[in-house]
Amino acid sequence: MLSANNLKKTFNPGTINEKVALAGASLYLEEGEFCTVIGGNGAGKSTFLNAVAGVWPVDRGTITIDGVDVTGLPEHKRAKYLGRVFQDPMTGTAANMQIDENMALAARRGKIRGLKWGVTSSEREKYHEMLKQLDLGLEDRLTAKVGLLSGGQRQALTLLMATIQKPKVLLLDEHTAALDPKTASKVLEITDMLIKENNLTAMMVTHNMRDAIKYGNRLIMMNEGRVILNISGEEKKQLSIEDLLHKFEEVSGTEFTNDTEILSK
Amino acid sequence: MIETIIAGLPGTLAQGIIYGIMALGVYITFKLLNFADLSVDGSFSTGGIVAAMVILSGKSWVLALVLAFIAGAAAGLITGVLHTTFGIPDILAGILTQLALYSINLRISNAQSSVPISVDKYDLAVSLRYQNDALITVAIIAVAIIAVMYAFFGTEMGSALRATGTNPAMAKAQGININIMKTIGLVISNALVAFAGALYAQFNGQANVNNGRGAIVIGLAAIIIGEVICNVIFRKKINFAILLVFVVLGGVLYYIFMDLVLKLKLNTNDLKLFTALIVAIFLAVPYLKGKANSSFRKAAREGGRRHA
Repeated sequence: MLSANNLKKTFNPGTINEKVALAGASLYLEEGEFCTVIGGNGAGKSTFLNAVAGVWPVDRGTITIDGVDVTGLPEHKRAKYLGRVFQDPMTGTAANMQIDENMALAARRGKIRGLKWGVTSSEREKYHEMLKQLDLGLEDRLTAKVGLLSGGQRQALTLLMATIQKPKVLLLDEHTAALDPKTASKVLEITDMLIKENNLTAMMVTHNMRDAIKYGNRLIMMNEGRVILNISGEEKKQLSIEDLLHKFEEVSGTEFTNDTEILSK
Repeated sequence: MIETIIAGLPGTLAQGIIYGIMALGVYITFKLLNFADLSVDGSFSTGGIVAAMVILSGKSWVLALVLAFIAGAAAGLITGVLHTTFGIPDILAGILTQLALYSINLRISNAQSSVPISVDKYDLAVSLRYQNDALITVAIIAVAIIAVMYAFFGTEMGSALRATGTNPAMAKAQGININIMKTIGLVISNALVAFAGALYAQFNGQANVNNGRGAIVIGLAAIIIGEVICNVIFRKKINFAILLVFVVLGGVLYYIFMDLVLKLKLNTNDLKLFTALIVAIFLAVPYLKGKANSSFRKAAREGGRRHA
């Protein structure tokens, strides 16, 4: 479903701020694979997701989604294949617009936007049902401005929007990092439910090793712009945090980054 | 004094509504697109000059309004291209268009800074001479524009445009081409402003290349006054169409205020100073009010009291 082949990206090349963010990262995901992505700060996790999303063009490498080469497509043209949720709850929704309007925007992802009504009444009924399954009480607030919602509610809504039309690939960029632990686990549960229900192909960046092990059926670890570990199947199910730390030292020859969040259990 | 004010009231209201129509154009860029577009100072004049030249050539006022609308749309397109294709920051892109339009307006007017169009010689859409008719005409036009805007911003394209203004990152992730949406918004906005400029020129019986000077500030004044009053009356969430009505009313109130300044025989050279002051005050009050509710000085004062 997703094939990212030897991606390279250097920011600010030729300046003192030069930063090699991706140094030949590759990943192949089959349909229905849910891949968690871990790694230290600056390892290239978010950069990898942004490369797939087309936030900027890559320097080298190719990206194919469901057999379509999207390497040359800008962000808004790639959007029809993708569902995205961001780290900042403010990023994924339009605060000044109503809940139903936001959902309707997502429902038209990749379609031509003409002079038909932005939200129809039959859509509103559908959205009401969809919001109900989130169990956050949002179904009765369809015409409320999204800016009035809490961070967790906004992330849940963004998730729903990302999956409102089945995306070829769902990209989750530390989408629970800005939430309190209780809300974060609720949003993660919703994430897992939506992915399983729709048999979605997904990539989820996380700073939490336990979540990376608990969720999904594939795990990759990144370091210095490369994928240094790629675990799936039985091996992933048996994985422990100690294993991961150990493997990291083995592969990279250094100790795991001193990022306390990663080490938190 | 009071008699003259009452006798001239329909004309004052009509002029105010024309400002209100211009403010509706400014609303699209300033409020919906979050784009401070200064090209309107140029396109307001362009609308007037284009309309005047069309009428002078013996064509009807209908064609004059249509061509003014199109000329304004072209001006908006230029600002849009400068900003999206060439990456020039929004304010600067608008200023460049505004500056260029000054020369272009003089080209269109054959180097006349003022083009008289007397209602005695030509058939005009609106005129101060027939102020009651003018008031009805501009009121109908304003209502029609509000209806069209209300419908348009409820469509798929209108929603995409609003999303672009409120959160460009989200808009892109939803597959919206934000450059095209910004350009469409600028085109519609400047077309409306030029249309208002064409009405303004006919109403006053002359088009002037300087008519548009300060248009952006007048537009902002109308928007801010309208919003403040709307919030005071309704407090809660209000319908978009009603908000637009209040923007037009803001234009009317602004003009009534300016008219009073004129009638009180104050120095007309100070008009722009008064306008700037009004806008500054209306922009500052909500900010200062917010600050008064949560300030460091208050924190120091109250915090100490609580522990005492």
